[in-house]
Amino acid sequence: MKFGVVRFPGSCDEHDALLACRRFADAELLWHGERDLKGVDAVVIPGGFSYGDYLRVGAIARFSPVMEAVGEWAAAGGPVLGICNGFQVLCEAGLLPGALLVNAELRFLCRQVDVEVVNAETPFTSTCDPGERLSVPVKHTTGRYFAPELELDELERSGQVVLRYLPGQNPNGSRRDIAGVTNRAGNVLGLMPHPEHAVDALTGSTDGARIFESLASLTPA
Amino acid sequence: MTDKLMRAERTSGNEEEARSLGLTAQEHHRIVDLLGREPNGVELAVFSLMWSEHCSYKHSRKLLRRLPTEGAHVVMGPGENAGAVDVGDGLCVAFKVESHNHPSAVEPFQGAATGVGGIVRDVFAVGARPIALLDSLRFGELDSSRSRYLFSGAVAGIGHYGNSIGVATVGGEIYFEPAYESNCLVNAMCVGLAPRERLIRSAAAGEGNQLVLLGALTGRDGIGGASVLASAQLDVGDPSKRPSVQIGDPFEEKKLLECSLELLERGLLRSLQDLGAAGLSSSASEMASKGAVGIDLDVARVPLREQGMEAFEIMVSESQERMLCVVEPERLGHVLGVCAHWEVRATTIGEVTGSGRLRVLERGHVVGDMPVTALVDDCPLYDLAPAPPTARVYPDPPRRLPDAGSAADTLLALLASPNIASKRFAYEQYDSIVGSRTVRRPGTADAAVLTLAGDGGSGALAVAIDGNGRRVACDPYTGAIEAVLECARNLACVGAEPLGLTNCLNFGNPEKPHVAWQLERAVDGLAAACRALMVPVVGGNVSLYNESDEGPIYPTPVVGMVGRLADPALAPGIGLREPGHAIALVGPFAPALAGSELERLRGRMADGLAEVDLEAQARAIVALREAVATGGIASAHDISDGGLACALAECVLDGGIGARVELEALAATVGGEEATLFGEGAGGVLVSGPIEALQPLSETGELLWLGEAGGEALELRMGADSLSLSMSQVRAAYERGIPDRFS
Amino acid sequence: MPGCAAAAPDSRVRARVLIRPKQGILDAQGQTVERALPALGFEGVSNVRIGRLIELEVEDPARIREMCERLLANPLIEDYEVSLEER
Repeated sequence: MKFGVVRFPGSCDEHDALLACRRFADAELLWHGERDLKGVDAVVIPGGFSYGDYLRVGAIARFSPVMEAVGEWAAAGGPVLGICNGFQVLCEAGLLPGALLVNAELRFLCRQVDVEVVNAETPFTSTCDPGERLSVPVKHTTGRYFAPELELDELERSGQVVLRYLPGQNPNGSRRDIAGVTNRAGNVLGLMPHPEHAVDALTGSTDGARIFESLASLTPA
Repeated sequence: MTDKLMRAERTSGNEEEARSLGLTAQEHHRIVDLLGREPNGVELAVFSLMWSEHCSYKHSRKLLRRLPTEGAHVVMGPGENAGAVDVGDGLCVAFKVESHNHPSAVEPFQGAATGVGGIVRDVFAVGARPIALLDSLRFGELDSSRSRYLFSGAVAGIGHYGNSIGVATVGGEIYFEPAYESNCLVNAMCVGLAPRERLIRSAAAGEGNQLVLLGALTGRDGIGGASVLASAQLDVGDPSKRPSVQIGDPFEEKKLLECSLELLERGLLRSLQDLGAAGLSSSASEMASKGAVGIDLDVARVPLREQGMEAFEIMVSESQERMLCVVEPERLGHVLGVCAHWEVRATTIGEVTGSGRLRVLERGHVVGDMPVTALVDDCPLYDLAPAPPTARVYPDPPRRLPDAGSAADTLLALLASPNIASKRFAYEQYDSIVGSRTVRRPGTADAAVLTLAGDGGSGALAVAIDGNGRRVACDPYTGAIEAVLECARNLACVGAEPLGLTNCLNFGNPEKPHVAWQLERAVDGLAAACRALMVPVVGGNVSLYNESDEGPIYPTPVVGMVGRLADPALAPGIGLREPGHAIALVGPFAPALAGSELERLRGRMADGLAEVDLEAQARAIVALREAVATGGIASAHDISDGGLACALAECVLDGGIGARVELEALAATVGGEEATLFGEGAGGVLVSGPIEALQPLSETGELLWLGEAGGEALELRMGADSLSLSMSQVRAAYERGIPDRFS
Repeated sequence: MPGCAAAAPDSRVRARVLIRPKQGILDAQGQTVERALPALGFEGVSNVRIGRLIELEVEDPARIREMCERLLANPLIEDYEVSLEER
């Protein structure tokens, strides 16, 4: 099983994602300028500040050649994990519903938070128990999830809300404490917390490993 | 040729012009002698910057020779873009601290951001990948709206830049004192990692090799920055002294960083230098000087952001995110290819010659021609004329606490004092974990710990930055010693052995005898402490003229240290870990109220501090480090601002476990209840753990058993008297200390 | 489009695009500024919204709308307004 981690100019956590993926399977970097997904089984779009967050977060990265290939891959049902800036890029690309707005406190916030697994049936959370709590760090300025009310109701109904901040732990003012959502088909997940920074007991919690384990256990396409 | 130069734009020939650029009459005459004629406009601009305090260190260079710079692990000493030490496994750590004080006082967000940008470039300029940042910040007290503005701006700027380039900000310190109201201090330290073979020096070499400029376009940023800004006192009411502030673009820097490291990985560069203060002038001069060569560069080939820039402007522009490299002609195509991949602008602007001169051309015509040695080596160096102050230099701090107060009230007031209170407001704005190396995050341990496992190394690095301007103001020699000892002690608390030190000397106007005295005594103190600890100085920075009409800042030497420890899993944090663990004090520790935060809140500065027994302190640091490295010690926390009671409160809060300690025995030797609880001074570490784990330390004869962890309260007893506070009371004071100043 | 420039030797048109958060979206920056003004002595200020201004010169003003839809604005969370310079 092989992960592909996309790298844009300005990506920061691509090596962290690579390190995390490699604990569970093979992984390599996918350069933004190439359409070639190199036969990977899952795509990870990492955190960082692609294109300096110019214009809007993720607004420019979404037009890169690699994202065309990722769009096709996702449409065909391939798993895509967007972390932080990756989540922002996927929303801009229309591969996920909603948008990320600037944090309610208007400041960058780096903090360990607890999230609840709302949907344990996704390819990203299959090794979790429903309602399980995961301790993971967040570090972002623009993580307040937004979608119109009616759409949020629909997301809840269809199990697209996958992760929710525990009460009192919402770091950015996200509607309904939403920390991570999938698309309708359930093969694309975007989340603001950084699971790749929660896989090594030496540097923090290991709860993030769940997500990579779940993906690694998928039968390769 | 001489005629043409004389007729170049803005020809000058008089002292007034030189004076307006910050040169003295004697310096001007010296330039005329060295050139054999009057300098023209371009040359005068270049000289005025190269000979400014900021670039030449003319007032401090002689003094800095007193610092020890040799050590078994030193790979690059002072003089390069950053110093470097060997950490084993073929890896080297490059690091340096630098100030960006004056720009931050003008525009704190960009000033602090570009300060970070500059120090990061210094580290990757020697071939190391930046992996950590720390910052030491000082402002006026938070009841001043200006200081609130500078503080929040600087923190936001550091976060903005550091986070955007993906370098973790893992530590720092922040102080608020009236002495910094008009002159804030922003010192940024960067630590980088490189395989030994990738380290590169900045000396230009090889006649005919091409000079290539990488990165951002050149504009009018910071024109006159180094000479006009850094060497002048800040005069709040003088708008003419507000040149354009440099604006940072971290995205450009990130691309430049990755591009430069790849160029070095592939062995494509002969040398590399970053563009900082005085821009092209200083980079080209220094590269040529180190290589004992000459450089020809044509300003018309420099890609510009603005129309109609004059040659001298292009030479002194401080536009950010630019690097200069020397490339062999046959490698040029390859270099340009790598730059194109990273979308980094690369332009050949000149070449290395054998002339020993810096020649500035404009579309092929020579508009400036100076011997390199004149620019770099022949700058006059000045002897300071130090004399101890004959009158008080600093006013008493404002009084905020009564002299008599219950110990409990005093402790809560200290914990809420911004100098001691939680700095969460700041460090939560920094990404402290990118890179997956951070074993101990800000606020949890006395030093940051970064594992080397992912980089092919064994063990981990420990990094800390420390200073205390107020105590140095009380006693420059002892205060400076204390700063170095505290930094080494912080490293020992996580079990790390210091390998090298970098320092930033922030002082007032050295032409005033009492400031010169502070500087000299502080440097002597630094040197003495470094020798006692056997830690070499591998590089640093000097920021002088931090002074306003109200007077100079507190003399503030800031010390950054990098060390190595064998097993990061054993590195203790500050928090108590288990109920029932013993709590002990590791000495020697002779706390006193003189120069303490408590005295400061009571409106008093001390005149002199108790002498430090350097040998005893050095021995204690080694013993502590070895005990921690052996494993078993659950927590370790250095006692500093606010004394033992505040340190214990921090141990309780971080661990979420209460503590009960008996201090009667300690009070008997210290001689005073308040001094015991809140006194400060060299030495003093609170450790906790199972009794067996602390046993080896007790064999040094310097361990005093205090009590044990447990319960929900912080209890300090001194015979009949006792102080008891609930954890929530303590937490409220500590966490609200800074946020409350903003509501 | 209103204000379209007549064909001229230089047929480039100057346009301004004003981008604002949609009504109903929490404008945290606007609210912060609205709260800060009274503290500086400016009373009676309300409905502060903070957006972005993009200025550009184009040959074909008819395509600006599409630029906004595809790149310059995010229609889910932002409104945009285009104005062309009279010639």
